Amino acid sequence: MQLPDAEQLIANLAAAMRPHITVNTALVGIHTGGVWLAERLHALLGLSLPLGSIDVSFYRDDYAAKGLHQQPRGSKIPFDVEGAHIVIVDDVLYTGRTTRAALNELFDYGRPAQVDLAVLIDRGGRELPVSARFCALTLPEPMPARQNLQLERDDSGALTMRLIHA
Amino acid sequence: MRNPQLSKNGELQHLLTLDGLPRSIITQILDTAAPFTEMAEREVKKLPLLRGKSVFNLFFENSTRTRTTFEIAAKRLSADVINLNVSTSSTKKGETLLDTVDNLCAMQADMFVVRHESSGAPHLIAQHLQNTGREHIHVVNAGDGRHAHPTQGLLDMYTIRHYKKEFHNLTVAIVGDVLHSRVARSQIAALTTLGVPEVRVIGPRTLMPTEVEKMGVRYCATMEEGLKDVDVVMMLRLQNERMNGALLPSPQEFFKVWGLTAEKLALAKPDAIVMHPGPMNRGVEIDSAVADGNQAVILPQVTFGIAVRMAVMSMLGSH
Repeated sequence: MQLPDAEQLIANLAAAMRPHITVNTALVGIHTGGVWLAERLHALLGLSLPLGSIDVSFYRDDYAAKGLHQQPRGSKIPFDVEGAHIVIVDDVLYTGRTTRAALNELFDYGRPAQVDLAVLIDRGGRELPVSARFCALTLPEPMPARQNLQLERDDSGALTMRLIHA
Repeated sequence: MRNPQLSKNGELQHLLTLDGLPRSIITQILDTAAPFTEMAEREVKKLPLLRGKSVFNLFFENSTRTRTTFEIAAKRLSADVINLNVSTSSTKKGETLLDTVDNLCAMQADMFVVRHESSGAPHLIAQHLQNTGREHIHVVNAGDGRHAHPTQGLLDMYTIRHYKKEFHNLTVAIVGDVLHSRVARSQIAALTTLGVPEVRVIGPRTLMPTEVEKMGVRYCATMEEGLKDVDVVMMLRLQNERMNGALLPSPQEFFKVWGLTAEKLALAKPDAIVMHPGPMNRGVEIDSAVADGNQAVILPQVTFGIAVRMAVMSMLGSH
């Protein structure tokens, strides 16, 4: 599979989001790839509300089976969730379970006015009724489950997509 | 023989003692606790990790602070918490420890938090669960006899790491009644495992275990020698209720020689922190001016204790 250029996708995603941004809009990235992406989008879109981040380790539905992540990084929501327009940001949308966990966690901080989801790539394979309002690329066919697609960041801060065969 | 605290996969199965617990597990507990300290900023101060699990607080010995912080920790993880003050119930009627445990297992317990006046009681329960094929039930030692108080030791390590960042460059002094102190044993085990190069114990010889040096510490016979240039001062409570016989002349005499005053604290590094596991005996082991002074981190210890206990329970509950 030819991997798409992450930098180009980020530019396209920012362009798609721009008309829907208000003074009330805040981004919340999901660790780890989603946080890197949200940092970029935050700068590109020039948002006034500070950037948030979510580590869904404590809300995952596979906790009983897989246990805790070795190094949970915690969540930081440095703005008032009550009444905010929040865009959850993740690099890849797959089963939808991470999004559900992030929504659950977000609502423990308060009641947002609206929540959207922005992702770079929708790889198919959904197991929950979740869809992204903003998506830079939807793969024509679902990716095989044994493959893992994720965002990576090098020392210079450049972002690339990486395919891992499990 | 396998470490009875670890599962076949090397994960934390029970928390019984810090003695022999691998450094990687101790570090993992401290790392896991860090995000739990940020719960205060949430509207809903609860995480769903132990939803539907039953945690039994089994206290054969009185304790308010430890039992309360375990209860808060379990509740913040959404567990159901059942407090049993066993010292006033079945044991008085003659029920054995393991019969009590079996009865609670029949009530679908998932975790026991145990405090007992006998050293080794939590270990006995863990072994009993193992022998009867109930490995899915976890035991946390909340203090047993003179043996161990591992969550206190862990929260102390969390506090030290919070203020001092690293362990490898520290000098730490533990002051007071080491002989009767399970807290001191857990602190010494954790400090040496985490690589603190110099751990000193200070106090009268009558309140030191015989051959205390074999625990990897340096004995100092005076406060002047022991406190010089230390980074951390860990005070111990003078265990009045355990004192039998003439180990000490009087509390006043103890304070004069071993009590931490501002004057003695001045021997430590200027940025040294002062810790105490509570409850404090003001005017016996610590002067009020120090306990309430700006080098004391005694109340943050209590707050960190909740996060550390959440970390332990969430790691145990995950398998």
